Amino acid sequence: MTDSLAASPLGPDAPLGLGAPVAVAVAVAAPPVGQAWWRLLLRRPTFVIGACILLFWIVCAIFGHQIAPYSPLAQQLLNNNTAPSAAHWFGTDTLGRDMLSRVIVGARDMLVITPLATILGTVLGTALGLAMGYFGGWFDLVVGRLVEAVLALPAVIIAFLFIVALGPSTGTLIIVIGLIFTPLIARTVRASVLTERHLDYLASARLLGESPVRVMVFEILPNVLPSILVEFTVRLGYAVFTVATLSFLGFGIQPPTADWGADISANYVTLGAGYWWQTLFPALAIASLVTAVNLVTDSIEQVLAS
Amino acid sequence: MTADPAGPLASSSPLPSPAPAASDTADEALTVSHLDVAYRVRGRDRLALRDVSFSVGRGESYGLVGESGSGKSTAALALVRYLPGNGRVSAGTISINGQDPLAMRKAALRELRARTVSMVYQEPGRALNPSIRVGQQIAEVFEIAGEHRHAALAAAEDMLRKVQISDPGRVMRRYPHELSGGMAQRAVIAMALAASPSLLILDEPTTALDATVEAEVLDLVAALRQEFATSVLFISHNLAVIAKMCDRVGVLYAGELVEEGPAGEVFAAPRHPYTVGLLRCIPRRGQRKDADRLDTIPGFLPSPGADITGCIFAPRCALAADKCRSSDPPFFPVDAVRTSRCFFHEQAPSLPRATPASVSSIAPRTDGGPLVEIADVSKTFGGGIRALAGVDLTVRRGETLGLVGESGSGKTTLARVLLGLTAADQGSVLKLDGAPLNPDARRRPRQTLRALQIVFQNPDSALNRRHTVRSLISRPLTRLAGLSGQALRTRLAELIASVRLEDRHLALRPGQLSGGLKQRVAIARAFGAGPRVVVCDEPTSALDVSVQAAILNLLADLQSAEQVSYLFISHDLGLVRYLSDRIVVLYLGRVMEVGPAETVFAGPHHPYTEALFSAVPSLDGQRRARIRLAGEIPSAADPPGGCVFHTRCPRKLSTGICESTEPPLLEDEPGHQIRCHIPLAELRSLQRNESAPYREGNSE
Repeated sequence: MTDSLAASPLGPDAPLGLGAPVAVAVAVAAPPVGQAWWRLLLRRPTFVIGACILLFWIVCAIFGHQIAPYSPLAQQLLNNNTAPSAAHWFGTDTLGRDMLSRVIVGARDMLVITPLATILGTVLGTALGLAMGYFGGWFDLVVGRLVEAVLALPAVIIAFLFIVALGPSTGTLIIVIGLIFTPLIARTVRASVLTERHLDYLASARLLGESPVRVMVFEILPNVLPSILVEFTVRLGYAVFTVATLSFLGFGIQPPTADWGADISANYVTLGAGYWWQTLFPALAIASLVTAVNLVTDSIEQVLAS
Repeated sequence: MTADPAGPLASSSPLPSPAPAASDTADEALTVSHLDVAYRVRGRDRLALRDVSFSVGRGESYGLVGESGSGKSTAALALVRYLPGNGRVSAGTISINGQDPLAMRKAALRELRARTVSMVYQEPGRALNPSIRVGQQIAEVFEIAGEHRHAALAAAEDMLRKVQISDPGRVMRRYPHELSGGMAQRAVIAMALAASPSLLILDEPTTALDATVEAEVLDLVAALRQEFATSVLFISHNLAVIAKMCDRVGVLYAGELVEEGPAGEVFAAPRHPYTVGLLRCIPRRGQRKDADRLDTIPGFLPSPGADITGCIFAPRCALAADKCRSSDPPFFPVDAVRTSRCFFHEQAPSLPRATPASVSSIAPRTDGGPLVEIADVSKTFGGGIRALAGVDLTVRRGETLGLVGESGSGKTTLARVLLGLTAADQGSVLKLDGAPLNPDARRRPRQTLRALQIVFQNPDSALNRRHTVRSLISRPLTRLAGLSGQALRTRLAELIASVRLEDRHLALRPGQLSGGLKQRVAIARAFGAGPRVVVCDEPTSALDVSVQAAILNLLADLQSAEQVSYLFISHDLGLVRYLSDRIVVLYLGRVMEVGPAETVFAGPHHPYTEALFSAVPSLDGQRRARIRLAGEIPSAADPPGGCVFHTRCPRKLSTGICESTEPPLLEDEPGHQIRCHIPLAELRSLQRNESAPYREGNSE
């Protein structure tokens, strides 16, 4: 059980996926000025700060076990509930496990699940949104109502249903969060497609006898990619919250695996006893990751809009 | 006073600038001298206007004319300090009624904008607040001027009457979106005049309107100018509109005033190579594609903020000598009232042509048999809107069929039905080469798709902005012509050469091309697979005059080389006349007149055609006896009974037959048909007597 990740179907280097799709998407959505987009990004302090924090967590996710001063699971029962000190910067928990090591290693599941779940939701949502916007008519009407019905239910309730049915695992979390995001993303993509639909290049494609799939993928998709990218980055932030929430509620990563949400859940009862560090540091980790994702998101959005 | 500054000078000595002496400025409604306006873009100041000087006398109408990028709108914004945040007046002075807006504090500036200067912009829809009733908005201007609420509302109603709105009480209670474009622009003009300004700035006020509505609004402005004795600064890209509306004109090029003088004289005998070139780009009466190519202006506008030494037009000028490239020409007086910023202004009228006039290869006329047959085509949209009602027409092999009519007449719907983009109603017949066409393009075989292609009005919308020029042009070749490998590369090279694009353009995306180049890409796409009919839907209306000429030449050349037929849709009758072999006039989805181009232009005309012709302002600025259409095109959801045109027809018969019975298409000469109850002989004599507006003979 020391490495729950090895059991995940995606392998240990999956977190690298976080950076890659963003970079690809930005390249395609680049404004006509050529390569200037990344310079514009780097000129924004918000982007640089966000990217640094994000990079830090990515490094933790990949090399967590090497960086961590202790094993996240090693119990030192004689050393439990110690406040932050030189030996244990973030203190220890009720079982005497080093909080710093748990926070560092806990990044891995978070950084595997959130990007993959968001990618899944974006891919499915984009496909659905493209089809709804392009075909319109009864297809749009029926799917649109279904999407609205799903959106009307609280996401966490839907997640519970799935997790109870499938059993909690990294794979389940990815699928569940991806499916929860699908209708949201589909709705955004559909709206972007509708603004493209009256443009003459689609009439032109019809006069070339292009197939619907080709029109959707090669003609419309590149033009709605900027809004998909923005939606992707926004959802990434939400995904962090959702994973943490589910873990906190006991439906996510299961103890004793190091996980921020689960750690908060396990330790917040000791807040009353004054052991604030057991809750604060995992909470700060979540907050910093969400903040970093949003800083990067906002910068990309602003650069795309300019 | 216009004669004043240049008067005593000998014609050979240059003027420092046409700016009048300082003592004059108080007598002028507007004086601009040595104005520079710069926009700060990416940390660099880019000059949009350089050393611009002109003045508008009291009660005078002054025109600023120029193509896009000439800085004419920047000038309008700078005058009342409406420049965007990154723009500023970097040098020069402005004086409005002797006051200097550049030195004003906020309160004084507000006062100036409220009482002294009014502006009317291109889009009336944007100038009106969509959530306030029209009457209230106009009354507000009077309230600011100090009137009480009731008096202000009464004054607003009065003002609407003055801008010839027939039912002002009702229009007062409307919201802006409930008004048509022409009505909204009248309301904006009413607002502009409500403060009795001493200077009225009109920035492209009729560009968004139909020709018939434009004619009415222009007439209105001319009449109000007399009544209110307002000075007018009229800004337009349309030379003919300026010729009609203005006493004097200044020609702007790339931020510099290059020529100035009385409008009639400048347009009749231009003395700056740019003005000369610009006027040659416009098809004149009697010019036809079979005999003549339009002249063009080579090269491109310098990019804003480019470092320019010498004459700004020199890189595009056939007369340019070393002197032009090294030193900036001053203003030379052409005569007492005219100036030209050109060292060679005396030679300007004999500017060598950039494009040979003669047509290289006269196309062997094809048999002229019917290629496309459209019979009894109707199209009803939701809500009972009948965009087309029983249209019959034929496009012959190798001909250009011109399609004219106001917006809402069904031109574009007809084109879309033919292409299979919009399905016609049951019972409509479309045939290509005698074989029926499927109403839906998606069900048409590849050979049919190849045969029918289109050049859209707006290349920004017609070209996928994420694709490169190479993939945009190659796609029809691979998809419809089935080319690949070496054959594809050869055909691609041929094609880009024939639309005069260059290899380096292939890797670019549409956003990196100018409007003219984009339209060439669109034309290359349409011609790629070897079409037999190309629909040209206002292909040049988004382009500047100098670019338009090159595109028209290209279309004419391609037609003679490829024997393709055009269905040419345009609101510009001059273009239609230049390019068309036959003309169809549509009104409310019905064919009103059809015939050979020269016959249709020579008359007798259908009263609607006659009105369309007389709505077109001409470059010689003559104000002819006109027939004007009352009001605007009725809703196609509820067309008038009888002859659909009777509600606006200036020649309606008193017998009542026009209201009760739809007239048949009657044949005058062979091939020339008119849908009118008035006997053709009578139409002919009526139109002869009233100096037919578009008759042959007075070209150039």
